[in-house]
Amino acid sequence: MTKPQAISVTEPTGEEFPKEKYDELGKFIDGMETTKGALIEILHKAQNIFGYLPRDVQLFVARKLGIPGAEVFGVVSFYSYFTTKPRGKHTISCCMGTACYVRGADKIIERIKENLGIESNEITEDGLFTLKDVRCIGACGLAPVVMVDDKVYGRVKVEDVDDIINQYRK
Amino acid sequence: MSDNKMLKVIINDKELMVPEGITILEAAHEAGVKIPTLCHLDLHDLKMVNQTASCRVCMVEAPGRNALVPACVTKVSDGMEVRTDSIRAITARRMAVELLLSNHPNECFTCPKNLECELQALAAELNVREIRWEGERMDYPKDLSSDAIVKDSNKCIYCRRCETMCNKVQTCGILSGIGRGFDAFVGPFNNIPMVESSCTYCGQCVQVCPTAALTEVYHMDKVWEAINDPDKYVIVQTAPAIRVALGELFGMEAGTIVTGKMVTALKRMGFDAVFDTDFGADLTVMEEAAELIYRIKNNKTLPILTSCCPAWVKFIEHQFPELLEIPSTCKSPHIMFGTIAKTYYAKKNNIDPDNIVVVSIMPCIAKKAEAKRAELTKDEHNNVDIVVTTRELGKMIKEAGLDFPNLPDSEYDHPLGETTGASVIFGTTGGVIEAALRTAYEWMTGEELKDVEFQQLRGLDGVREATVDIGGNELKIGIAHGLGNARILLENIRDGKSDYHAIEIMACPGGCIAGGGQPYHHGNVEIVKKRQEAIYEEDRNKKIRKSHENAEILELYKEYLGEPFGELAHQLLHTHYEERERI
Repeated sequence: MTKPQAISVTEPTGEEFPKEKYDELGKFIDGMETTKGALIEILHKAQNIFGYLPRDVQLFVARKLGIPGAEVFGVVSFYSYFTTKPRGKHTISCCMGTACYVRGADKIIERIKENLGIESNEITEDGLFTLKDVRCIGACGLAPVVMVDDKVYGRVKVEDVDDIINQYRK
Repeated sequence: MSDNKMLKVIINDKELMVPEGITILEAAHEAGVKIPTLCHLDLHDLKMVNQTASCRVCMVEAPGRNALVPACVTKVSDGMEVRTDSIRAITARRMAVELLLSNHPNECFTCPKNLECELQALAAELNVREIRWEGERMDYPKDLSSDAIVKDSNKCIYCRRCETMCNKVQTCGILSGIGRGFDAFVGPFNNIPMVESSCTYCGQCVQVCPTAALTEVYHMDKVWEAINDPDKYVIVQTAPAIRVALGELFGMEAGTIVTGKMVTALKRMGFDAVFDTDFGADLTVMEEAAELIYRIKNNKTLPILTSCCPAWVKFIEHQFPELLEIPSTCKSPHIMFGTIAKTYYAKKNNIDPDNIVVVSIMPCIAKKAEAKRAELTKDEHNNVDIVVTTRELGKMIKEAGLDFPNLPDSEYDHPLGETTGASVIFGTTGGVIEAALRTAYEWMTGEELKDVEFQQLRGLDGVREATVDIGGNELKIGIAHGLGNARILLENIRDGKSDYHAIEIMACPGGCIAGGGQPYHHGNVEIVKKRQEAIYEEDRNKKIRKSHENAEILELYKEYLGEPFGELAHQLLHTHYEERERI
């Protein structure tokens, strides 16, 4: 049975964002010389503005650029940088690339999971942290590497993990 | 690519000259060397080439290069030497297939694509006798959300043919690669169920899928159940395009006309009455031609767009909701037929319409979803109850143990079995509008149309236009097949750049003869051309070639419907469309 759609044709679904945020993204796109080949850049901007890329934001981008929603989602789902779920106040990225992995990244991330009580790509109950396991972040000389937001922690030992996290609990 | 520059290539020691710009695969073909392929699909007549080079099944050795190269995308260079038959190349190709199989469900016996699967055929061709690696397997739920298409991502080999078809040819943009690496699969936006997407269910993705990752929803069991229910009166109707393709499923030459054998098979399978959707098509012509004339005379919205194709109807609802005024309000032929079967026919034969089951044999997957549309299932009974594809009918005939090629011919039952040449050509691009013009011409001019064949409307070009003189009135006709071509026509209409009076659109490239439910053509476009020739031959073989001369149609209007485009006709044979979201 071809069901009538549960989603409305005009009303947004999910979390509602203030119009200003959409305006800001729209202005950014309008200001580009060309949108050809610029999807990733636009999605970066969108994630900066909204914090993540929920359904409506992806569809907004698709319609603005006149491309299928599936194409946008294909890119969003390909890159681990993009997220379709809200993030915590801080994002902890544990590098699981080859160099970090052979230097014990698996033990580091286990300790982080224990400390936070969540798995990868989840958000802590207090909304403070999101944990991501990422591939190489290009700091192999410092392996194993953990990033909290934009700050890089190199040569991390298991016993350092709690101290690093606690700095952000204040 | 310069025009005539020829390059020398040496393939397996054989030297030949080939034009610059072609691939190793094409050059090998010219040299008579077969290189196996899987993801590659070149439907050049339909303007589709899938060149993702993702399967690595066509790897060949090009001395001077360290790595093997994929033949399907590597262009030849002057003096290039290629070896397709070295042990290294053969082993690499076989390993590519073994790796695909290491993560493929081991269920060929019960798989709907058993013996039609290109991966299976390749495993045999490359003599894979053992799957040496037991790999991790994907475990995605099947998408059974729609009435038309089943998506089983566990069988996806990521060839991306469906994606190319959906995005480049049909421009629907429903399917995209999702995720990355081992977990990657193909699906719609946000991985929503297919039913929530803007999929038109044209089924062209199913037509090109090499495995059973995309198939139709099978309804064969429901048909058997109805046939075996003594309380049900089961009526079957066959679409125009079935009779020129069904034979292929039994090893017959493409383009063989098997109308009579098909009718015999259906009777032996136990249907209570065997009728022809062509009757519905003749009825559609009556209504559509009347609607066209009404719109021209009363200065109503023009152009009028044919509405026989449910995939195209869904396309306009999603993609051009601002143009919903222009499609004809006519129901599609098989739906019209279903309505008449449950009203006129039921009354005439004193059968309770609630006990009638109408089964449509369609070359189409979209018809499955169409039959379930809310506005076509009201009044307590469906217009059409069950839709099965040509492929499903083939399977059912085999199940019934019938020796199809050797069956005798039979005639359709009456009174809904009399048909004309006009209705047969509904099965090919250009046919619906030609059929409508045969009638509109005589109605508008009051003169006899001597030459019924409108050659200017025929062919396989994606977008065609022609001007037809009707008693001094010039009618400008547009024709598009393939939804990408339809989009071009619709954009021109929306932007006021065209002045057509009537337009025919079919969603599938080639029309219904190449529908999503037809026997798999496996990339051979010649098969589609042969089916088209057969359709026109069937038209020429018909004594009556104009819909308004169909005696049973005239009787239907006289006894029951009244005037074409009249009040009762409106109520029973016309429908409406709705705006839908584009995702």
